Amino acid sequence: MSETNSVSRVVIVGAGQAGGEVAGELRKQGYTGAITLVGEEEQIPYKRPPLSKGFLAGSVTEEQLYVSPRAKLEQLGIEFIGNARVEKIDRSRKLVVLADGRELPYDKLALTTGGRARMLTLAGADKPNVLPLRSIADVKKLQPLCVAGQRAVVIGGGFIGLETAAVMLKLGLHVTVLEGLPRVLARVTAPEVSAFFERMHREAGVDLRTGVQISHLEGEAEVSAVVLADGSRIAADFIIVGIGVVTNTELASEAGLTVDNGIVVDEYARSSDPDIVAAGDCSNHPSQFAGRRIRLESVQNAMEQGRIAARTILGKGEAYQNVPWFWSDQYDLKLQMVGLSTGYDQLVLRGDPATQRNFAAFYLQAGKLIAADTVSRPAEFMLAKKWVAEGAVLDPAQLADESIALKTLVPIAA
Amino acid sequence: MARLQFLLPSGEIKVVEALDGQTLMEAATGAQVPGIVGECGGGCSCATCHLYVDQPWFGQLPAPDEMESGMLEGAVEPGPLSRLSCQIRVSDALDGVRLRIPAGQL
Repeated sequence: MSETNSVSRVVIVGAGQAGGEVAGELRKQGYTGAITLVGEEEQIPYKRPPLSKGFLAGSVTEEQLYVSPRAKLEQLGIEFIGNARVEKIDRSRKLVVLADGRELPYDKLALTTGGRARMLTLAGADKPNVLPLRSIADVKKLQPLCVAGQRAVVIGGGFIGLETAAVMLKLGLHVTVLEGLPRVLARVTAPEVSAFFERMHREAGVDLRTGVQISHLEGEAEVSAVVLADGSRIAADFIIVGIGVVTNTELASEAGLTVDNGIVVDEYARSSDPDIVAAGDCSNHPSQFAGRRIRLESVQNAMEQGRIAARTILGKGEAYQNVPWFWSDQYDLKLQMVGLSTGYDQLVLRGDPATQRNFAAFYLQAGKLIAADTVSRPAEFMLAKKWVAEGAVLDPAQLADESIALKTLVPIAA
Repeated sequence: MARLQFLLPSGEIKVVEALDGQTLMEAATGAQVPGIVGECGGGCSCATCHLYVDQPWFGQLPAPDEMESGMLEGAVEPGPLSRLSCQIRVSDALDGVRLRIPAGQL
Protein backbone atom coordinates (compact mmCIF):
# COMPACT_ATOMS: atom_id res chain seq x y z
CA MET A 1 0.00 0.00 0.00
CA SER A 2 1.49 3.34 -1.01
CA GLU A 3 1.80 6.30 1.28
CA THR A 4 -0.81 9.02 1.37
CA ASN A 5 1.72 11.81 1.11
CA SER A 6 2.97 10.58 -2.24
CA VAL A 7 -0.41 11.09 -3.83
CA SER A 8 -1.15 14.59 -5.07
CA ARG A 9 -2.90 13.97 -8.38
CA VAL A 10 -5.85 11.65 -8.74
CA VAL A 11 -7.56 11.22 -12.08
CA ILE A 12 -10.93 9.50 -12.24
CA VAL A 13 -12.09 8.21 -15.61
CA GLY A 14 -15.87 7.84 -15.68
CA ALA A 15 -18.16 10.39 -14.05
CA GLY A 16 -21.05 8.16 -13.07
CA GLN A 17 -22.04 7.36 -9.52
CA ALA A 18 -18.92 5.33 -8.79
CA GLY A 19 -16.67 8.11 -10.08
CA GLY A 20 -18.58 10.75 -8.15
CA GLU A 21 -18.32 8.66 -5.01
CA VAL A 22 -14.56 8.19 -5.39
CA ALA A 23 -14.14 11.97 -5.70
CA GLY A 24 -16.44 12.76 -2.78
CA GLU A 25 -14.92 10.14 -0.52
CA LEU A 26 -11.37 11.35 -1.22
CA ARG A 27 -12.38 14.75 0.15
CA LYS A 28 -14.33 13.26 3.08
CA GLN A 29 -11.15 11.35 3.97
CA GLY A 30 -9.20 14.58 4.04
CA TYR A 31 -7.31 14.32 0.78
CA THR A 32 -6.30 17.80 -0.35
CA GLY A 33 -4.54 17.08 -3.64
CA ALA A 34 -5.89 17.51 -7.14
CA ILE A 35 -8.90 15.51 -8.33
CA THR A 36 -9.83 15.45 -12.00
CA LEU A 37 -13.03 13.69 -12.94
CA VAL A 38 -13.39 12.93 -16.64
CA GLY A 39 -16.79 12.03 -18.09
CA GLU A 40 -18.00 11.12 -21.54
CA GLU A 41 -21.38 12.70 -20.86
CA GLU A 42 -21.91 16.42 -20.49
CA GLN A 43 -23.38 16.09 -16.98
CA ILE A 44 -21.64 16.00 -13.62
CA PRO A 45 -22.22 12.73 -11.71
CA TYR A 46 -25.90 11.93 -11.42
CA LYS A 47 -28.15 9.21 -10.10
CA ARG A 48 -29.06 6.73 -12.78
CA PRO A 49 -31.79 4.69 -11.06
CA PRO A 50 -34.46 7.43 -11.35
CA LEU A 51 -33.96 7.66 -15.13
CA SER A 52 -36.38 4.82 -15.88
CA LYS A 53 -38.63 5.85 -13.00
CA GLY A 54 -39.28 9.41 -11.79
CA PHE A 55 -37.15 11.22 -14.37
CA LEU A 56 -38.91 9.61 -17.33
CA ALA A 57 -42.24 10.16 -15.58
CA GLY A 58 -41.42 13.84 -15.12
CA SER A 59 -41.62 13.85 -11.32
CA VAL A 60 -37.87 14.22 -10.82
CA THR A 61 -35.90 17.10 -12.32
CA GLU A 62 -32.43 16.97 -13.81
CA GLU A 63 -31.05 19.02 -10.90
CA GLN A 64 -32.44 16.47 -8.46
CA LEU A 65 -30.52 13.76 -10.26
CA TYR A 66 -27.15 15.40 -9.59
CA VAL A 67 -25.24 13.72 -6.80
CA SER A 68 -23.90 17.13 -5.72
CA PRO A 69 -24.68 20.50 -7.27
CA ARG A 70 -22.01 21.83 -9.63
CA ALA A 71 -21.18 24.63 -7.19
CA LYS A 72 -20.45 22.06 -4.50
CA LEU A 73 -18.03 20.20 -6.78
CA GLU A 74 -16.22 23.46 -7.41
CA GLN A 75 -16.17 24.23 -3.70
CA LEU A 76 -14.69 20.79 -3.06
CA GLY A 77 -12.02 21.42 -5.66
CA ILE A 78 -13.11 18.59 -7.91
CA GLU A 79 -12.26 19.47 -11.50
CA PHE A 80 -14.86 18.08 -13.88
CA ILE A 81 -14.09 17.56 -17.56
CA GLY A 82 -17.30 16.60 -19.35
CA ASN A 83 -17.99 15.63 -22.96
CA ALA A 84 -14.55 14.10 -22.97
CA ARG A 85 -13.43 10.77 -24.29
CA VAL A 86 -10.29 9.16 -23.01
CA GLU A 87 -8.13 7.93 -25.85
CA LYS A 88 -5.71 5.88 -23.80
CA ILE A 89 -4.01 5.28 -20.53
CA ASP A 90 -0.24 5.54 -20.71
CA ARG A 91 0.83 3.52 -17.70
CA SER A 92 4.55 3.95 -18.20
CA ARG A 93 4.25 7.76 -18.15
CA LYS A 94 1.33 7.62 -15.72
CA LEU A 95 -0.98 9.80 -17.70
CA VAL A 96 -4.38 9.71 -19.31
CA VAL A 97 -4.65 10.98 -22.86
CA LEU A 98 -7.92 12.56 -23.95
CA ALA A 99 -9.28 12.38 -27.50
CA ASP A 100 -8.48 16.08 -27.97
CA GLY A 101 -4.85 15.40 -27.14
CA ARG A 102 -4.86 16.74 -23.59
CA GLU A 103 -2.70 14.76 -21.20
CA LEU A 104 -3.66 14.32 -17.56
CA PRO A 105 -0.84 13.06 -15.37
CA TYR A 106 -1.78 10.99 -12.33
CA ASP A 107 -0.27 9.49 -9.22
CA LYS A 108 -3.32 7.30 -8.81
CA LEU A 109 -5.96 6.55 -11.39
CA ALA A 110 -9.50 5.35 -10.78
CA LEU A 111 -11.42 3.63 -13.56
CA THR A 112 -15.15 3.99 -13.04
CA THR A 113 -16.12 3.59 -16.65
CA GLY A 114 -19.35 1.69 -16.04
CA GLY A 115 -21.16 0.28 -19.03
CA ARG A 116 -23.10 1.30 -22.08
CA ALA A 117 -26.47 0.06 -23.21
CA ARG A 118 -26.24 -3.10 -25.25
CA MET A 119 -27.80 -2.46 -28.66
CA LEU A 120 -29.64 -4.77 -31.01
CA THR A 121 -27.68 -6.25 -33.84
CA LEU A 122 -30.76 -6.47 -36.05
CA ALA A 123 -30.94 -4.57 -39.30
CA GLY A 124 -32.72 -1.26 -38.70
CA ALA A 125 -31.59 -1.04 -35.08
CA ASP A 126 -29.66 2.09 -35.96
CA LYS A 127 -32.81 4.03 -36.94
CA PRO A 128 -33.37 7.21 -34.91
CA ASN A 129 -36.50 5.95 -33.14
CA VAL A 130 -34.74 2.91 -31.68
CA LEU A 131 -33.53 4.14 -28.31
CA PRO A 132 -31.63 2.86 -25.31
CA LEU A 133 -32.27 4.13 -21.78
CA ARG A 134 -29.10 4.59 -19.81
CA SER A 135 -28.40 8.32 -19.65
CA ILE A 136 -30.04 11.71 -19.17
CA ALA A 137 -29.53 12.31 -22.89
CA ASP A 138 -31.36 9.06 -23.70
CA VAL A 139 -34.34 10.04 -21.57
CA LYS A 140 -34.43 13.54 -23.06
CA LYS A 141 -34.79 11.97 -26.49
CA LEU A 142 -37.50 9.70 -25.19
CA GLN A 143 -39.57 12.24 -23.30
CA PRO A 144 -41.06 14.04 -26.32
CA LEU A 145 -42.09 10.66 -27.74
CA CYS A 146 -43.87 9.64 -24.56
CA VAL A 147 -47.21 11.16 -25.48
CA ALA A 148 -50.56 9.52 -24.76
CA GLY A 149 -51.73 7.35 -27.62
CA GLN A 150 -48.25 6.63 -28.99
CA ARG A 151 -47.28 3.01 -29.52
CA ALA A 152 -44.08 1.97 -27.77
CA VAL A 153 -42.42 -1.39 -28.16
CA VAL A 154 -39.97 -2.30 -25.42
CA ILE A 155 -37.42 -4.94 -26.27
CA GLY A 156 -36.24 -6.71 -23.13
CA GLY A 157 -38.17 -7.72 -20.02
CA GLY A 158 -35.54 -6.81 -17.47
CA PHE A 159 -35.64 -4.03 -14.87
CA ILE A 160 -35.15 -1.20 -17.36
CA GLY A 161 -37.72 -2.55 -19.80
CA LEU A 162 -40.36 -3.21 -17.17
CA GLU A 163 -39.88 0.05 -15.29
CA THR A 164 -40.05 1.98 -18.53
CA ALA A 165 -43.14 0.07 -19.61
CA ALA A 166 -44.87 0.92 -16.32
CA VAL A 167 -44.06 4.63 -16.64
CA MET A 168 -45.17 4.82 -20.27
CA LEU A 169 -48.39 2.99 -19.57
CA LYS A 170 -49.20 5.51 -16.86
CA LEU A 171 -48.50 8.29 -19.37
CA GLY A 172 -51.20 6.80 -21.60
CA LEU A 173 -49.10 5.06 -24.23
CA HIS A 174 -49.85 1.69 -25.80
CA VAL A 175 -47.02 -0.51 -24.59
CA THR A 176 -45.76 -3.85 -25.85
CA VAL A 177 -42.92 -5.64 -24.08
CA LEU A 178 -41.01 -8.35 -25.95
CA GLU A 179 -38.81 -10.81 -24.09
CA GLY A 180 -36.80 -13.51 -25.80
CA LEU A 181 -36.59 -15.78 -22.77
CA PRO A 182 -39.61 -17.71 -21.51
CA ARG A 183 -40.14 -15.25 -18.64
CA VAL A 184 -39.33 -11.69 -17.57
CA LEU A 185 -36.56 -10.96 -15.06
CA ALA A 186 -35.28 -14.47 -15.77
CA ARG A 187 -31.69 -13.56 -14.96
CA VAL A 188 -32.44 -12.28 -11.49
CA THR A 189 -35.43 -13.97 -9.96
CA ALA A 190 -37.46 -17.17 -9.47
CA PRO A 191 -40.18 -18.22 -11.93
CA GLU A 192 -42.87 -17.43 -9.32
CA VAL A 193 -41.67 -13.85 -9.02
CA SER A 194 -41.41 -13.49 -12.80
CA ALA A 195 -44.98 -14.75 -13.13
CA PHE A 196 -46.10 -12.15 -10.60
CA PHE A 197 -44.61 -9.29 -12.61
CA GLU A 198 -46.01 -10.67 -15.84
CA ARG A 199 -49.45 -10.70 -14.23
CA MET A 200 -49.05 -7.14 -12.92
CA HIS A 201 -48.04 -5.77 -16.32
CA ARG A 202 -50.77 -7.60 -18.17
CA GLU A 203 -53.39 -6.47 -15.66
CA ALA A 204 -52.15 -2.91 -16.09
CA GLY A 205 -52.66 -3.20 -19.85
CA VAL A 206 -49.22 -4.03 -21.24
CA ASP A 207 -49.12 -6.41 -24.20
CA LEU A 208 -46.39 -8.59 -22.73
CA ARG A 209 -44.98 -11.40 -24.85
CA THR A 210 -42.32 -13.78 -23.61
CA GLY A 211 -40.32 -16.40 -25.50
CA VAL A 212 -40.54 -14.40 -28.71
CA GLN A 213 -37.91 -14.05 -31.39
CA ILE A 214 -37.67 -10.86 -33.37
CA SER A 215 -37.31 -11.40 -37.09
CA HIS A 216 -36.67 -7.85 -38.20
CA LEU A 217 -37.50 -4.20 -37.82
CA GLU A 218 -39.64 -2.70 -40.54
CA GLY A 219 -39.61 0.88 -41.81
CA GLU A 220 -37.66 3.30 -43.95
CA ALA A 221 -36.45 6.46 -42.23
CA GLU A 222 -37.75 5.17 -38.93
CA VAL A 223 -38.84 1.82 -37.62
CA SER A 224 -42.60 1.50 -38.00
CA ALA A 225 -43.09 -2.10 -36.86
CA VAL A 226 -41.37 -5.00 -35.18
CA VAL A 227 -41.87 -8.29 -36.98
CA LEU A 228 -41.59 -11.48 -34.97
CA ALA A 229 -40.30 -14.85 -36.14
CA ASP A 230 -43.85 -16.23 -36.16
CA GLY A 231 -44.81 -13.52 -38.64
CA SER A 232 -46.78 -11.32 -36.27
CA ARG A 233 -46.25 -7.63 -36.76
CA ILE A 234 -46.34 -5.04 -33.97
CA ALA A 235 -46.81 -1.47 -35.13
CA ALA A 236 -44.56 0.96 -33.30
CA ASP A 237 -43.99 4.69 -33.12
CA PHE A 238 -40.73 4.05 -31.33
CA ILE A 239 -38.68 1.23 -29.80
CA ILE A 240 -36.91 1.11 -26.48
CA VAL A 241 -34.07 -1.35 -26.14
CA GLY A 242 -33.41 -2.68 -22.64
CA ILE A 243 -31.27 -5.75 -23.17
CA GLY A 244 -28.52 -5.14 -20.68
CA VAL A 245 -25.20 -3.37 -20.69
CA VAL A 246 -21.77 -3.89 -22.16
CA THR A 247 -18.99 -2.98 -19.76
CA ASN A 248 -16.63 -0.24 -20.77
CA THR A 249 -13.39 -2.14 -20.30
CA GLU A 250 -11.66 -1.39 -23.60
CA LEU A 251 -9.40 1.30 -22.14
CA ALA A 252 -8.29 -1.07 -19.40
CA SER A 253 -7.67 -3.90 -21.84
CA GLU A 254 -5.70 -1.71 -24.20
CA ALA A 255 -3.61 -0.52 -21.25
CA GLY A 256 -2.76 -4.13 -20.48
CA LEU A 257 -4.76 -4.46 -17.28
CA THR A 258 -6.29 -7.83 -16.49
CA VAL A 259 -9.88 -7.90 -17.74
CA ASP A 260 -12.20 -10.86 -17.39
CA ASN A 261 -15.90 -10.02 -17.29
CA GLY A 262 -14.91 -6.59 -16.02
CA ILE A 263 -11.66 -5.07 -14.84
CA VAL A 264 -10.28 -7.60 -12.42
CA VAL A 265 -9.68 -6.04 -8.99
CA ASP A 266 -8.85 -7.37 -5.55
CA GLU A 267 -10.89 -6.76 -2.39
CA TYR A 268 -9.27 -3.31 -2.13
CA ALA A 269 -10.49 -2.38 -5.63
CA ARG A 270 -6.91 -2.52 -6.95
CA SER A 271 -6.47 -3.58 -10.56
CA SER A 272 -3.45 -5.53 -11.78
CA ASP A 273 -1.61 -2.16 -11.72
CA PRO A 274 -1.20 -1.04 -8.08
CA ASP A 275 -1.63 2.60 -9.09
CA ILE A 276 -4.98 1.96 -10.76
CA VAL A 277 -8.19 1.16 -8.92
CA ALA A 278 -11.52 0.29 -10.51
CA ALA A 279 -15.03 0.35 -9.08
CA GLY A 280 -18.65 -0.04 -10.04
CA ASP A 281 -20.29 -1.82 -12.97
CA CYS A 282 -16.98 -2.12 -14.86
CA SER A 283 -15.16 -4.04 -12.14
CA ASN A 284 -14.99 -7.69 -11.22
CA HIS A 285 -14.25 -8.27 -7.55
CA PRO A 286 -13.84 -11.17 -5.15
CA SER A 287 -16.97 -11.39 -3.03
CA GLN A 288 -16.70 -12.96 0.37
CA PHE A 289 -20.47 -13.15 0.50
CA ALA A 290 -20.78 -15.01 -2.81
CA GLY A 291 -17.62 -17.05 -2.31
CA ARG A 292 -16.50 -16.24 -5.83
CA ARG A 293 -15.65 -13.36 -8.13
CA ILE A 294 -18.63 -11.30 -9.21
CA ARG A 295 -19.43 -8.26 -11.28
CA LEU A 296 -22.42 -6.30 -10.09
CA GLU A 297 -24.53 -3.76 -11.91
CA SER A 298 -26.01 -1.78 -9.10
CA VAL A 299 -25.83 1.64 -7.55
CA GLN A 300 -25.06 0.09 -4.16
CA ASN A 301 -21.94 -1.53 -5.60
CA ALA A 302 -20.97 1.65 -7.45
CA MET A 303 -21.10 3.70 -4.27
CA GLU A 304 -19.72 1.22 -1.74
CA GLN A 305 -16.89 0.02 -3.93
CA GLY A 306 -16.21 3.61 -4.95
CA ARG A 307 -15.62 4.48 -1.31
CA ILE A 308 -13.29 1.47 -0.90
CA ALA A 309 -11.35 2.56 -4.00
CA ALA A 310 -10.95 6.09 -2.62
CA ARG A 311 -9.61 4.77 0.68
CA THR A 312 -7.19 2.45 -1.14
CA ILE A 313 -5.90 5.43 -3.12
CA LEU A 314 -5.10 7.08 0.20
CA GLY A 315 -3.44 3.98 1.60
CA LYS A 316 -6.26 3.33 4.05
CA GLY A 317 -6.78 -0.22 2.90
CA GLU A 318 -10.13 -1.62 3.86
CA ALA A 319 -11.49 -4.80 2.30
CA TYR A 320 -14.74 -4.52 0.37
CA GLN A 321 -17.48 -6.56 1.94
CA ASN A 322 -20.96 -6.26 0.66
CA VAL A 323 -24.22 -8.08 0.48
CA PRO A 324 -25.72 -7.14 -2.88
CA TRP A 325 -29.15 -5.61 -2.97
CA PHE A 326 -31.32 -4.22 -5.73
CA TRP A 327 -34.70 -2.62 -6.11
CA SER A 328 -37.21 -1.77 -8.78
CA ASP A 329 -40.30 0.43 -8.81
CA GLN A 330 -43.09 -0.59 -11.15
CA TYR A 331 -46.56 0.96 -10.81
CA ASP A 332 -47.29 1.08 -7.07
CA LEU A 333 -45.11 -1.98 -6.50
CA LYS A 334 -41.75 -1.87 -4.80
CA LEU A 335 -39.55 -4.87 -5.49
CA GLN A 336 -36.57 -5.14 -3.15
CA MET A 337 -34.05 -7.91 -3.52
CA VAL A 338 -31.13 -8.90 -1.34
CA GLY A 339 -28.45 -11.53 -1.83
CA LEU A 340 -27.77 -13.63 -4.90
CA SER A 341 -30.30 -16.38 -5.52
CA THR A 342 -28.14 -18.43 -7.90
CA GLY A 343 -27.93 -21.98 -6.59
CA TYR A 344 -30.96 -21.96 -4.32
CA ASP A 345 -32.59 -25.35 -3.69
CA GLN A 346 -35.78 -24.23 -1.98
CA LEU A 347 -38.07 -21.27 -2.55
CA VAL A 348 -40.36 -20.28 0.31
CA LEU A 349 -43.23 -17.94 -0.47
CA ARG A 350 -44.78 -15.78 2.18
CA GLY A 351 -48.04 -14.55 0.73
CA ASP A 352 -49.36 -15.61 -2.65
CA PRO A 353 -47.83 -13.95 -5.70
CA ALA A 354 -50.50 -15.50 -7.89
CA THR A 355 -53.31 -13.56 -6.21
CA GLN A 356 -51.88 -10.78 -4.02
CA ARG A 357 -50.06 -7.54 -4.76
CA ASN A 358 -47.48 -8.00 -2.01
CA PHE A 359 -45.45 -11.01 -0.88
CA ALA A 360 -41.98 -12.19 0.02
CA ALA A 361 -39.92 -14.94 -1.59
CA PHE A 362 -37.07 -16.50 0.37
CA TYR A 363 -34.30 -18.43 -1.36
CA LEU A 364 -32.76 -21.17 0.73
CA GLN A 365 -29.71 -23.26 0.04
CA ALA A 366 -29.27 -26.21 2.39
CA GLY A 367 -31.56 -24.38 4.80
CA LYS A 368 -29.55 -21.15 4.74
CA LEU A 369 -31.18 -17.95 3.56
CA ILE A 370 -29.07 -16.80 0.61
CA ALA A 371 -31.44 -14.28 -0.95
CA ALA A 372 -34.90 -12.78 -0.71
CA ASP A 373 -37.23 -10.79 -2.95
CA THR A 374 -40.02 -8.79 -1.39
CA VAL A 375 -42.76 -6.87 -3.11
CA SER A 376 -44.20 -3.92 -1.16
CA ARG A 377 -43.15 -5.43 2.15
CA PRO A 378 -40.40 -3.09 3.33
CA ALA A 379 -40.19 -4.30 6.92
CA GLU A 380 -39.82 -7.90 5.77
CA PHE A 381 -37.16 -6.80 3.31
CA MET A 382 -35.14 -5.14 6.03
CA LEU A 383 -35.32 -8.29 8.17
CA ALA A 384 -34.33 -10.45 5.22
CA LYS A 385 -31.42 -8.12 4.50
CA LYS A 386 -30.10 -8.69 8.00
CA TRP A 387 -30.64 -12.45 7.86
CA VAL A 388 -29.03 -12.85 4.44
CA ALA A 389 -25.98 -10.94 5.68
CA GLU A 390 -25.78 -13.26 8.68
CA GLY A 391 -26.29 -16.40 6.60
CA ALA A 392 -29.20 -17.28 8.86
CA VAL A 393 -30.83 -20.71 8.83
CA LEU A 394 -34.58 -20.35 9.21
CA ASP A 395 -37.47 -22.75 9.47
CA PRO A 396 -39.20 -22.74 6.06
CA ALA A 397 -42.61 -23.48 7.58
CA GLN A 398 -42.35 -20.46 9.87
CA LEU A 399 -41.10 -18.24 7.06
CA ALA A 400 -44.18 -19.13 5.04
CA ASP A 401 -46.63 -18.77 7.93
CA GLU A 402 -48.25 -15.35 7.70
CA SER A 403 -49.90 -15.80 11.10
CA ILE A 404 -46.45 -15.46 12.66
CA ALA A 405 -44.93 -11.97 12.53
CA LEU A 406 -41.65 -12.27 10.68
CA LYS A 407 -39.81 -10.16 13.23
CA THR A 408 -40.56 -12.73 15.95
CA LEU A 409 -38.72 -15.46 14.04
CA VAL A 410 -35.42 -16.57 15.51
CA PRO A 411 -32.84 -18.08 13.17
CA ILE A 412 -32.02 -21.71 13.98
CA ALA A 413 -28.41 -20.92 13.25
CA ALA A 414 -26.39 -18.10 11.82
CA MET B 1 -34.97 28.16 1.89
CA ALA B 2 -34.19 26.65 5.26
CA ARG B 3 -31.11 26.29 7.42
CA LEU B 4 -30.70 22.69 8.47
CA GLN B 5 -28.52 21.69 11.40
CA PHE B 6 -27.09 18.21 11.18
CA LEU B 7 -25.77 16.94 14.49
CA LEU B 8 -23.12 14.30 13.80
CA PRO B 9 -22.44 11.40 16.19
CA SER B 10 -19.11 13.11 17.01
CA GLY B 11 -21.03 16.09 18.39
CA GLU B 12 -20.03 18.31 15.48
CA ILE B 13 -22.80 20.38 13.88
CA LYS B 14 -22.98 20.91 10.13
CA VAL B 15 -25.24 23.68 8.91
CA VAL B 16 -26.64 23.33 5.41
CA GLU B 17 -28.68 25.87 3.48
CA ALA B 18 -31.37 23.90 1.69
CA LEU B 19 -33.69 24.94 -1.07
CA ASP B 20 -37.46 24.56 -0.96
CA GLY B 21 -38.58 21.40 -2.68
CA GLN B 22 -35.29 19.58 -2.12
CA THR B 23 -35.48 16.61 0.18
CA LEU B 24 -33.46 16.63 3.39
CA MET B 25 -31.45 13.72 1.97
CA GLU B 26 -30.63 15.66 -1.22
CA ALA B 27 -29.56 18.66 0.83
CA ALA B 28 -27.37 16.47 3.06
CA THR B 29 -25.71 14.39 0.36
CA GLY B 30 -25.30 17.42 -1.90
CA ALA B 31 -23.41 19.12 0.94
CA GLN B 32 -21.41 15.95 1.65
CA VAL B 33 -22.77 15.62 5.20
CA PRO B 34 -21.16 12.43 6.54
CA GLY B 35 -23.51 9.67 7.65
CA ILE B 36 -26.31 10.34 5.18
CA VAL B 37 -25.72 7.86 2.38
CA GLY B 38 -28.89 7.92 0.30
CA GLU B 39 -27.85 4.86 -1.63
CA CYS B 40 -31.10 4.43 -3.55
CA GLY B 41 -31.17 8.10 -4.47
CA GLY B 42 -34.42 8.93 -2.74
CA GLY B 43 -36.48 5.90 -3.66
CA CYS B 44 -37.44 4.94 -0.10
CA SER B 45 -35.74 1.61 -0.75
CA CYS B 46 -32.59 1.43 1.36
CA ALA B 47 -33.01 3.29 4.69
CA THR B 48 -29.46 4.67 4.47
CA CYS B 49 -30.67 8.25 4.91
CA HIS B 50 -32.21 7.56 8.30
CA LEU B 51 -32.01 10.33 10.87
CA TYR B 52 -33.80 11.64 13.96
CA VAL B 53 -35.81 14.84 13.70
CA ASP B 54 -35.90 16.80 16.94
CA GLN B 55 -39.12 18.25 18.27
CA PRO B 56 -40.95 20.47 17.68
CA TRP B 57 -40.17 19.93 13.99
CA PHE B 58 -40.82 16.19 14.11
CA GLY B 59 -44.43 16.77 15.17
CA GLN B 60 -44.99 19.26 12.36
CA LEU B 61 -44.04 16.88 9.57
CA PRO B 62 -46.58 14.96 7.51
CA ALA B 63 -46.71 11.41 8.89
CA PRO B 64 -44.59 8.73 7.17
CA ASP B 65 -46.40 6.50 4.70
CA GLU B 66 -46.58 2.72 4.98
CA MET B 67 -43.45 2.19 2.91
CA GLU B 68 -41.36 4.58 4.97
CA SER B 69 -42.66 3.14 8.26
CA GLY B 70 -41.78 -0.37 7.10
CA MET B 71 -38.28 0.65 6.10
CA LEU B 72 -37.79 2.50 9.41
CA GLU B 73 -38.61 -0.64 11.36
CA GLY B 74 -35.51 -2.20 9.87
CA ALA B 75 -33.24 0.85 10.03
CA VAL B 76 -30.22 0.85 12.35
CA GLU B 77 -31.48 1.82 15.84
CA PRO B 78 -34.85 3.30 14.96
CA GLY B 79 -36.48 5.51 17.57
CA PRO B 80 -39.65 7.55 18.08
CA LEU B 81 -38.15 10.49 16.17
CA SER B 82 -36.85 8.42 13.26
CA ARG B 83 -37.53 9.46 9.66
CA LEU B 84 -36.06 8.76 6.25
CA SER B 85 -34.65 12.08 5.12
CA CYS B 86 -35.42 11.31 1.46
CA GLN B 87 -39.11 11.46 2.27
CA ILE B 88 -39.09 14.95 3.78
CA ARG B 89 -39.27 18.04 1.60
CA VAL B 90 -37.59 21.24 2.66
CA SER B 91 -39.86 24.19 3.39
CA ASP B 92 -39.59 27.43 5.35
CA ALA B 93 -41.26 25.68 8.27
CA LEU B 94 -38.14 23.55 8.68
CA ASP B 95 -35.84 26.54 9.11
CA GLY B 96 -33.49 25.84 12.00
CA VAL B 97 -34.48 22.16 12.27
CA ARG B 98 -32.12 19.98 14.26
CA LEU B 99 -31.44 16.61 12.65
CA ARG B 100 -29.46 13.99 14.49
CA ILE B 101 -27.48 11.49 12.43
CA PRO B 102 -27.36 7.93 13.74
CA ALA B 103 -24.07 6.17 14.46
CA GLY B 104 -24.48 3.90 11.43
CA GLN B 105 -26.62 3.31 8.36
CA LEU B 106 -25.61 -0.05 6.99
